[in-house]
Amino acid sequence: MFAQILQQLPQQLLNGLVLGSTYALFALGFTLMFGVLGVINLTYGFYFTTAAFLALYGSKLLALPIWLALPGAALLAGLIAVLLDAILLTPLRRKKAPELSSLMVTLGATLLLYSLMTATFGTEIRRLPPAIISHAAIMLGGVRMNLSQILIVVTTVLIVAALLAVIRFTRFGLSMRSMAENGEAAELMGVNTDAVVRLVSFISGALGGTAGVLIGLNFNAIQPYMGETMMLKGFAVIIIGGLGDIKGALIAGLVIGVLEVLTAGFISSDIKDAVGFILLVATLWFRPVGLFGRAPAKRA
Amino acid sequence: MSVLKVRGLTLGYNRTDAVKGIDLDVAEGAVVSLIGANGAGKTTTLRGLSGLLKARAGSVLFQGAEMAGQPAYKITRAGVIQVPEGRQVFANMTIEENLRMGAYLVQDKAEIARRRVGVLERFPRLGERLQQLAGLLSGGEQQMLAIGRALMADPKLLLLDEPSMGLAPLFIEEIFAIIRALKVEGRTILLVEQNAQAALEVSDHAYVLESGRIKLQGPATEIASNPEVIAAYLGAA
Ligand SMILES: Nc1ncnc2c1ncn2[C@@H]1O[C@H](COP(=O)(O)OP(=O)(O)OP(=O)(O)O)[C@@H](O)[C@H]1O
Ligand SMILES: [Mg+2]
Repeated sequence: MFAQILQQLPQQLLNGLVLGSTYALFALGFTLMFGVLGVINLTYGFYFTTAAFLALYGSKLLALPIWLALPGAALLAGLIAVLLDAILLTPLRRKKAPELSSLMVTLGATLLLYSLMTATFGTEIRRLPPAIISHAAIMLGGVRMNLSQILIVVTTVLIVAALLAVIRFTRFGLSMRSMAENGEAAELMGVNTDAVVRLVSFISGALGGTAGVLIGLNFNAIQPYMGETMMLKGFAVIIIGGLGDIKGALIAGLVIGVLEVLTAGFISSDIKDAVGFILLVATLWFRPVGLFGRAPAKRA
Repeated sequence: MSVLKVRGLTLGYNRTDAVKGIDLDVAEGAVVSLIGANGAGKTTTLRGLSGLLKARAGSVLFQGAEMAGQPAYKITRAGVIQVPEGRQVFANMTIEENLRMGAYLVQDKAEIARRRVGVLERFPRLGERLQQLAGLLSGGEQQMLAIGRALMADPKLLLLDEPSMGLAPLFIEEIFAIIRALKVEGRTILLVEQNAQAALEVSDHAYVLESGRIKLQGPATEIASNPEVIAAYLGAA
């Protein structure tokens, strides 16, 4: 029994890493949006859904190859995010409306958008055409994987590295960090905050979209409400990782992915989805600012 | 010659006007102070000048160019730099990063380095702890950082909003010494203060704001000896 677990472990870890990568990607966009723009934008899950559907129809109807359908869908999701932010949140920002109103507006919009999606596409669960990528097993030291799993992990690594580098080393990164802290002060330094809002919305939407297309590639999961399910996970990930914390979201996403797969593999797949929330509650008990979040630097 | 020429500037919140059509001039190289009681509209005026608050009416000419209606980042780009009320340093960034933010619009690395050296000479205390988070500095140190950050932008017009607010007497003296030094170096400054006495001492010209209107204006020495001003702002309270 124990030997069997040990034998399966590497395989399960890999599967967990793949799932966790999509959680991490999804949470990154969400936490970036929250961190820099200071709003909990509930439409975020919709970009995940939208990109998956765009990739589905792009590859099915237009017969686009994978390298066009997937990035194209993710980028389009980014553009939709910019558009929705401009319609829903920019007017509130102008009026300096309280945070609760942005929550309400995005909640309303989300419900509307999902109903429209359901009315259009139905609730049937789909996946990207299998022929879009080879699913042949590749054996590597006793661990079985396929091209789509490799693609998911590699894409995540590249995107996270690029994002961290942009935040750390570029002027745009500086403008995002300053806005995350104090929007008015950032403006006084000469930051064009409207432009940063648009760019951050785009990047976040595209990150959510990337997670959506990658999920659609590897799992039988494309349906209108897929974004909602993911949002719940996303909340758990960004709270555990520390709100607005990029590295925290990455690590928490991977950890939850791995724990879910291990739970499903060795305990029961029925309680797999509870793992993230148990971790969430435990984290909040012991460290209310999240595992990696730090309390704001303020002197009393 | 006036670098800043404000005419009929009206600003407000919701349905009320907090600043009601004021005229104001700042000459090149001058220190001009704007004094007044709590709620007179001093901060509102500065926020209007820096573009954080949109003008409801009137004109703000800076070096001959209209600033009213421009977004704050463009006014900053023009060289009008505000040190906001309550300092507003980036608390979770280091002192080094705060200074870097001050020069956000400067692309030339050598120029940024040059300005940084100048700021650290002026504020040695900041230089001793460049890697410390700004939020952990004392109020006086944060004010130094806020001014240092503004100087990184090489302001053509510096707007200071109550730099002495909430500081210990020793720090207040230091702040006014800095303002005097900046004046000697030829900086143009619009200073908002409740500490009217100290403000008038460093200023060339002064405006007294009352309920959103300019009540009095003139050379600082004249304002300082005006009986009404003495009674309202300078008298032993
Ligand atoms: N954000 C705001 N919303 C609504 N009213 C405001 C706001 N800020 C200021 N006011 C009002 O505008 C008027 C002018 O305020 P302002 O802050 O400009 O005064 P001040 O002269 O800077 O006062 P202080 O010396 O206390 O800083 C006051 O009546 C104030 O209540
Ligand atoms: Mg004020």
